[in-house]
Amino acid sequence: MVLARNLRKTFLIILASLALSACASTSKQSGKMAGDVYTGTETVEFLATGVKDRVFFATNKTTLTTASRDTLRKQAAWMRKNSKITVSVEGHADERGTREYNLALGERRANAVKDYLMTYGISGNRISVISYGKERPVNSGSSPLAWSQNRRSVTVKAN
Amino acid sequence: MKKIILIIFYLFIFKSSAIALIEVDITRGNLDPLPVAVSPLYLEPGSKSIKQKDKNIKNVGEEISKVIEENFKRSGLFNPLKKDSFVQSPEIAHVKPRFEDWKLIKAQALVTGKVKVSEDKLRIEFRLWDVVAAKEMLALAFSTTPDNWRRVAHMISDKIYQRLTGEEGYFDTRIIYVSETGPKTQRLKKLAIMDQDGANIKYLTLGNELVLTPRFSPKNQLVTYLSYFRNLPRVYLLDIETGIQEVVGDFPGMTFAPRFSPDGKKIIMSFAKDGNSDIYTMNIDSRVVEKITDHSSIDTSPSYSPDGKYICFNSDRSGLQQIYVMRSDGTNVKRVTFGKGLYGTPVWSPRGDLIAFTKVRNGKFYIGVMRPDGSGERLLTENFYQEAPSWSPNGRVLIFYRETKSNEKGEGFSAKLWSIDLTGYNERLIETETDGSDPSWSSLLSK
Repeated sequence: MVLARNLRKTFLIILASLALSACASTSKQSGKMAGDVYTGTETVEFLATGVKDRVFFATNKTTLTTASRDTLRKQAAWMRKNSKITVSVEGHADERGTREYNLALGERRANAVKDYLMTYGISGNRISVISYGKERPVNSGSSPLAWSQNRRSVTVKAN
Repeated sequence: MKKIILIIFYLFIFKSSAIALIEVDITRGNLDPLPVAVSPLYLEPGSKSIKQKDKNIKNVGEEISKVIEENFKRSGLFNPLKKDSFVQSPEIAHVKPRFEDWKLIKAQALVTGKVKVSEDKLRIEFRLWDVVAAKEMLALAFSTTPDNWRRVAHMISDKIYQRLTGEEGYFDTRIIYVSETGPKTQRLKKLAIMDQDGANIKYLTLGNELVLTPRFSPKNQLVTYLSYFRNLPRVYLLDIETGIQEVVGDFPGMTFAPRFSPDGKKIIMSFAKDGNSDIYTMNIDSRVVEKITDHSSIDTSPSYSPDGKYICFNSDRSGLQQIYVMRSDGTNVKRVTFGKGLYGTPVWSPRGDLIAFTKVRNGKFYIGVMRPDGSGERLLTENFYQEAPSWSPNGRVLIFYRETKSNEKGEGFSAKLWSIDLTGYNERLIETETDGSDPSWSSLLSK
């Protein structure tokens, strides 16, 4: 009896781990994404130690995620510490949208970042924005992972 | 509405019975193109050869007939017959065709002509014959400079197209587009212009800055486009005759998505500031700027109706990209697309009866057309990625660009220009030296 129960347990564990590995493999397939927002670090560069240069967006969205807001607070802190630095925020879209709409979307994404930096005390004079629409992807691929890496706003030192 | 249809109907009957015996119906997909024999144009004795770049054209008569044949073939409406089956010599055919001979090879229409080239002059005459009715349908003569021979070939094509279909042609036109080279992450883009058949490609910018979305003025040789000159994305105006370019208006932010008004006097475009894009117009002469839309959403891709009374545009005010129509003063905004999926790049037909658009649904991109009120949606072509339709001046053909999938190294990627008939038939690749995107069709050069 005990053996049977143990066997059943093992069976359940195997089932559970199978289910888990299935999850793992699908998330591996699409890389590091939450929903369709990129959460990985492959393409990320750093403005200073611990200060990521970019945030990522969901398809057709300009909302800042919790992780994005965390990144931007660090950018703001870094800019407060280095008060002479000015930045340019580059807004980008993926290749799955019409060119003109994507230009507008990129501009909106860049401004979402600018607005957030300003609420953390950075003067708007220190932040310029530019939209590249879908013209400057970082990942050339035509895959959901590539697109998620390309939907981004990048803060670049301007001086 | 009924009245209008009747009038058109009567006109059609009147026209077809009064003039032509052979008629080409271009309102439906033409699966049975009209067999037409284009006889080489007879080169009159004493004609000079024409020097062109590295080529020396000895018999321009033959070359002209080839250009006409290619135009006909691409139109999908005509089937040019093989020349080796022609029995009559070009010279005699032009004077008096032996219709029985041409009937034998199943030609229904015959084009003949003769050409004389002197030092600084090219004189061409041509005739269009109805083989079945054994009648001359059209006879015209042109004089020009010898280096203009291709344009004359296009003008002849237009005249024949018009005579046989009852609609204005579109062969004597040019296409402006963006030439693309280099890796996907760092694409080099130049403005390029070519004849409608892909000949005479010229590059108008050097590629030092990113350029996008060039559009022809419907009235003259002006082009408006987006340039990232000095890393400031702004709408520019370029005179392709003089090469002079200037920024349009003094906007403290990105201007983009420009197009001309139908009278060529205004540029309509988007101006993006603080995360919001609205539509503005600027009068080219007076520089007076007017704000047309005022909404917290993205408003872009504006395009005027040919009478200038309405504007269709792209907005996400409903949450996602849809097409809207408003009066040209910005009032009476109405959403016209309610189908499943996203809609973008609306562009009003020069005939006024349709709006072409890009539709995105379930990961596929479609080029389609609909009536200006959004009814009667018809999708012409489906692909992995395609967008930005532009109308031929007669509103019968759409040109657009299509991109292919690529892997993470960018391998497999291409951007090409394509055309398709309004009927959804006759999809064709337009060959260009480099990759191309954002095509815009000019008006007829000679009117």
